[in-house]
Amino acid sequence: MAVAELTKEPSQMAHPQDEAALPAVAAAAPAEPAPGTPTVVVDDLHIVYRVYGAASASEKGNAANALLRILRRQGRPQMKEVHAVKGVSFVARHGDAIGIIGRNGSGKSTLLRAIAGLLPPHKGSVYTNGQPSLLGVNAALMKELTGERNVVLGCYAMGMTPSEVKEKYDEIVEFSGIGEFVQFPMSTYSSGMGARLRFAIASAKSHNVLLIDEALATGDRDFKRKSQERIQQMRGEAGTVFLVAHNLDVIEETCNRVIWLHKGKIKMDGDPATVLAAYNS
Amino acid sequence: MSQPESAVADSRAGDRAAGPSPTGKESLAALAERHGLRRAIARPSLPVYLRQLWDRRHFVFTYATSRNVSKYSDSALGQLWQVLTPLLNAGVYYLMFGLILGQKKDITNYTAFLITGVFVYSYTQRSITGGAKSISGNLSLIRALHFPRAALPLAYTIQEFQQLAISMGVLFVIVLVTGEPLTWMWLLIPFALLLQTIFNVGMSLLLARVGAFVRDMNQLLPFILRTWLYTSGVFYSIPAKMKDNPEWARFLLEFNPPSVFIDLMRHLLLRTYPEDLAKHQFSHSSLGQLWLYAGFWAAVALIGGFWYFWRAEERYGRG
Repeated sequence: MAVAELTKEPSQMAHPQDEAALPAVAAAAPAEPAPGTPTVVVDDLHIVYRVYGAASASEKGNAANALLRILRRQGRPQMKEVHAVKGVSFVARHGDAIGIIGRNGSGKSTLLRAIAGLLPPHKGSVYTNGQPSLLGVNAALMKELTGERNVVLGCYAMGMTPSEVKEKYDEIVEFSGIGEFVQFPMSTYSSGMGARLRFAIASAKSHNVLLIDEALATGDRDFKRKSQERIQQMRGEAGTVFLVAHNLDVIEETCNRVIWLHKGKIKMDGDPATVLAAYNS
Repeated sequence: MSQPESAVADSRAGDRAAGPSPTGKESLAALAERHGLRRAIARPSLPVYLRQLWDRRHFVFTYATSRNVSKYSDSALGQLWQVLTPLLNAGVYYLMFGLILGQKKDITNYTAFLITGVFVYSYTQRSITGGAKSISGNLSLIRALHFPRAALPLAYTIQEFQQLAISMGVLFVIVLVTGEPLTWMWLLIPFALLLQTIFNVGMSLLLARVGAFVRDMNQLLPFILRTWLYTSGVFYSIPAKMKDNPEWARFLLEFNPPSVFIDLMRHLLLRTYPEDLAKHQFSHSSLGQLWLYAGFWAAVALIGGFWYFWRAEERYGRG
């Protein structure tokens, strides 16, 4: 169900607009989400966030200079504002799996966080149906704690109830495949084991609108296959999926639409084959 | 989701109100409205926010416990430090103020008097310090998961409360060892702690917002808190110290929130302390007045802090 949506980018992949289809969709819209109902509307979104401790080498970092700057009423050089997303607009629909590609620093992760409602827009807005959730609990976990405790902590951080945690616990441990290591602190895990447990926890909850940041399918080949399957399954449950990845194969396999971000703007938005071909060239 | 379907979906693209036109922006908002979509980031109303916070209570408690467990996980003695830290603290302060500086003259049981003050004050101090870092130190968590942000300062205060529960056990032993009797007053201790905890939660919320947007706060806070420590009658008895000063000055010092909670605890825990005050005929706030002040501060801090924190709810992710 590839849907190329309107953005204000002139570089749009033009899709035929069949006006005849309009009434049918409009009628179906208000009831339950049918395929094609908008689930996420991003309207001229700008995101600015602050970075601390980013003084460049040319700015001398001693106390006298800091004092001078305050006296001259110059801003703090350690604090930089990063304009990560600059006027992005698109509409995502029920049933869409949208891949977001672009170079490092093109604003992909920031865009996902804004859709999830975690970063406030500087300008413009994001409208969503229900609560989009970012797949990932890394930030809530504590490496000094055992895997067991982290599973419980991660589940609660994602908003599960105690009975849900109880229900999912064995499944998570089993899926991660780390065996008795679950009783050891996470700091003793190999990076692959840590990634597996994190993915197992993060993917234990189903979401309406799911946002997946890259580097998910980590670990050995077996686990890669397992996690791909899990993502597919979650995609089935979720109405709309956003996937950020550098691995273009994954995007091509999973997505029916691709948005190419370049320096915070949409460079291209359309079906995977076309956009990926343009991106690769 | 597979390719053949794309033709159907493409035809649906006509659903959008306007093509790439200058009016595109308005039509997007209208489109969102027509399909009942809501803004992804919007501050919930206060009652909704409170309910969301209640729904996350398990996270708050688990997070607090986890932080306490991980805190000492790399030391050989492990969780034993939860008891050793307050004990050593008490020892250091006793050495300093009890033996070297010799503040003992007006107070019969200075050891218990001092250690009560230190433990009660450090509970508030640590809640405030933790609260100030709870947002600024957890930006990655805030940018990754959805939950009412007040859960973080709340968890930090609860973590300190768990720590305090252990300290109180140590304190009870010290108090009994130094010859104080076990009295019915001890039954009121949980209520005093409850009021102080409410106060701490409020202060922690307040400082969480300040610390989130004014980074220099974390540098400044230790000095503020140390000044507060010295004015709160931790090492000395305010009524004794202020006996030659005007009444209003004494009241001002006694009305200071940490002084209130410290004095309240001393009245409940130590029999000798009220006796000392009576013996020297120092004018001082009565126990009833102390309860009143404590309730006042708890209410003001909680309501003010919560409201102030909630007002910036949607902005904490920006940093």
